[in-house]
Amino acid sequence: MSDPETTARSFINSLPHCHALGMRLDSIGAGWAAISMPYDARLIGDPETGVIHGGAVSALMDTACGAAVMCHPAAGVSTATLDLRIDYMRPATPGQTIRTRAECHHVTRTVAFVRAVATDDDDARPVAMATGAFTVDRGSK
Amino acid sequence: MKRPEPVQVIKQRREGLLRALVEGVPYIGFLGVQFDRRGDELTAVLPFRDSLIGNPRLPALHGGATAAFLEIAAVIELAWSSLWDGVEAEGALPEGSLRLPKTIDFTIDYLRAGLPRDAYARARVNRSGRRYASVHVEAWQDNRSKLFAQATGHFLMPNPEAGA
Repeated sequence: MSDPETTARSFINSLPHCHALGMRLDSIGAGWAAISMPYDARLIGDPETGVIHGGAVSALMDTACGAAVMCHPAAGVSTATLDLRIDYMRPATPGQTIRTRAECHHVTRTVAFVRAVATDDDDARPVAMATGAFTVDRGSK
Repeated sequence: MKRPEPVQVIKQRREGLLRALVEGVPYIGFLGVQFDRRGDELTAVLPFRDSLIGNPRLPALHGGATAAFLEIAAVIELAWSSLWDGVEAEGALPEGSLRLPKTIDFTIDYLRAGLPRDAYARARVNRSGRRYASVHVEAWQDNRSKLFAQATGHFLMPNPEAGA
């Protein structure tokens, strides 16, 4: 039986799409996860302003939400997204790392309800917020 | 009666508009999303590559890659359909650089795991006003009738006067 935080950390680091986007697991705890994505010109959505594409922010938030579920003590070893809503509140400032923190706010036997906030260097004004439902797979821990 | 335009002229203009929308966005190239055009109908194509994998144990497409693919399909369809009439009437692309609509919110419904193979998406503009638009998009892999994801998003239309 391994430490679930260690499992989650190594699992996220092994995800090819997260690796391709340059995501890094910053910290993780019971039912929450913080993941960041450094600025990268390949992820630009608006060439005139250099702002990162919303799709890359979606991928970051989806990953953070999934990680939060995997390290919740009542959830389990793997999870899948059922639905995810993302509100884009302002463009992320070009050149800055985007950080997101996701938290399970309720977990039932079958579903985890998760919320996430993404910020750049100005952490008082969120760049995006996400709300999602994720599957709970208790598996064999 | 006016002679119809040569087919090559029409094709060149329409392909030119599509290229102008898609090729300027680095992230569309990063994911490898392409567009297949039949008249005014666009199908977004996401050719499979290993870097799109989220869960290596299944393996399945990353939910974030699926979300990004659907969002790209929705934004390009919205920009394409809003520019189509003007470009067809003028017979030329608009002056200056093309501004894409901005996403306000995007809700993705994951219906089944994305398999390690090519994915396709088509978007439908349900409402397009002067400032806001609502777009629905559906994605499938092997069977058009078996969607693996769908999404709805709201978008802010670019303001032609302000260039914003």
